[in-house]
Amino acid sequence: MTAPLIIFFVLAALAVLGAVSLILQRHPIHSALSLIVVMVALAGLYLLMGAEFVAAVQIIVYGGAIMVLFIFVIMLLNAGLEERTNFSRLATYAGIPLALAVSGLIAAAIVRSGGYLPAPAPSGALTSTKTLSMLLFTEFVYPFELTSFLILVAILGAIVLAQREN
Amino acid sequence: MSEFLTHYAFLIVPIIKIAILVLLVLTVDAYLTWLERKVIAHIQTRWGPYRVGPHGLLQPLADGVKFIFKEDPMPAGVDKIAYFLAPFLTLMLALTSLAVIPFGPQRFTVWGYETHVGIADVNISLLVLFAITALAVYGVALAGWASNNKYSLLGGLRSSAQMISYELALTLSVVGVLLIAGDFSLRGIVEQQAQSGKGLVSWNIFPQIIGFLCFFTAAIAETNRVPFDLPEAESELVAGFHTEYASMKFAMFFIAEYTSMITVSCLCTILFFGGWLSPFPVSWTFTQFLPSVLLIPFGLWMIYDGIRYETIFGRVLLPGVGTALLALGGALLAFPVINGYIQGPFWFLAKVFVFLFVYIWMRGTLPRFRYDQLMSFGWKFLLPVSIANVVLTSVAILIWGKH
Repeated sequence: MTAPLIIFFVLAALAVLGAVSLILQRHPIHSALSLIVVMVALAGLYLLMGAEFVAAVQIIVYGGAIMVLFIFVIMLLNAGLEERTNFSRLATYAGIPLALAVSGLIAAAIVRSGGYLPAPAPSGALTSTKTLSMLLFTEFVYPFELTSFLILVAILGAIVLAQREN
Repeated sequence: MSEFLTHYAFLIVPIIKIAILVLLVLTVDAYLTWLERKVIAHIQTRWGPYRVGPHGLLQPLADGVKFIFKEDPMPAGVDKIAYFLAPFLTLMLALTSLAVIPFGPQRFTVWGYETHVGIADVNISLLVLFAITALAVYGVALAGWASNNKYSLLGGLRSSAQMISYELALTLSVVGVLLIAGDFSLRGIVEQQAQSGKGLVSWNIFPQIIGFLCFFTAAIAETNRVPFDLPEAESELVAGFHTEYASMKFAMFFIAEYTSMITVSCLCTILFFGGWLSPFPVSWTFTQFLPSVLLIPFGLWMIYDGIRYETIFGRVLLPGVGTALLALGGALLAFPVINGYIQGPFWFLAKVFVFLFVYIWMRGTLPRFRYDQLMSFGWKFLLPVSIANVVLTSVAILIWGKH
């Protein structure tokens, strides 16, 4: 086993464990903390593929900004322990077999595609921040601007909703 | 043995560097507390620590011993995992952020492994630093929430709101520097400032004075220091988010705060003040004797001050250290070759020290912001000004080019 493979398995195991713990934890804060572990492990996986910029952005945006808001809201509302209802029991009995089935389907698809997929060659052209931003502002400028516009609309919507009561 | 070393040098050399840096930073943190107490005491016409060792110089040591031996009670009803995780997370992130700071220009080879002054030299070091800053909120927020204490919770909430708000201004204020340098790597940013070889005038501070002011303000808010120390405002919240922490866990928050101060000072130095570059033009070679010119009078003053000191210990220690400094300065004069190697770290540390002093100075001078003032200052003033700085810089580069 080579070093990158070992690091991959460690990070992958961390991500999966974090995801499982996210569901199993009964306190919202613990669930949110597990989700942060997943985000950071994913950033590590991106780094392993040579996508430095994406890894850093993953931590800054998902690990930092979004999850901080989650935690902030949970702390502000002082949410207590999760309550188990009949519906959550149904989710357990129907959800676990379904999740297993989906995982089996994905695993089968991977095996049928020839066992091992060839490792993606770390293409220096796409991973460097400079070329990435070049692409973003030349070839993909319309999708990029459209997304920014969408976010702007969302921000305006949030402000309107927040001010409605006054 | 040597074969083993060359084979695993890529692993051993960074570990040694990390160990040295951590020990160094922890010592500097300890003496920073001494400096802070001394400087603030003198601002308020007091003496500050004076009893433990000459001029209170052994006070950090006494404090450290005290922290280790203090009782560490855990309040009832805490969330155990988060309560224990918070101080470790805070300290770990604070120390990790120092890993991407380059302290000097030299590259050297150890056991066939080429390395440099500083731990990791990554292309995106600035982004890594921002990523770590983004995660640093959790330590404070979790500590506040897990302590099961109203004041702690208020401190934690305040700090998360404050750190989210000022992170935007912090990130945007650096964009101007990035536009000029065209590079995310801190080493690249310093090297860009060295290009003209004219010293002081080519530093980023002159075109980016607005950016620097925004950056420094936002960075002080990110490190929760006066005048932005609302998360731990002692006159309102007892001690804010760390009210329920004692002993070593409290010390970890404390060390983390001082370490982040060092990181911010390093960043200011690198981004705006030319990092390890000398403020004099490259052609003024005689300025490389400046370290020894400073060391010798300082050593002489320490001897002069020491022989009149009240205690015998002080009368031995202070002149002893003074003589050592004198000898060091003399050695630097006698062997000018060494000077070339220490120039980078000397200027870097000198600038970092100035920023640390400004931090302490502000704590002794400024009152704390009110919470609504803090929020409106961050969102309505700092953020628009940083965005305006980005626009101005881009327009200037478009019209006049990069120089």
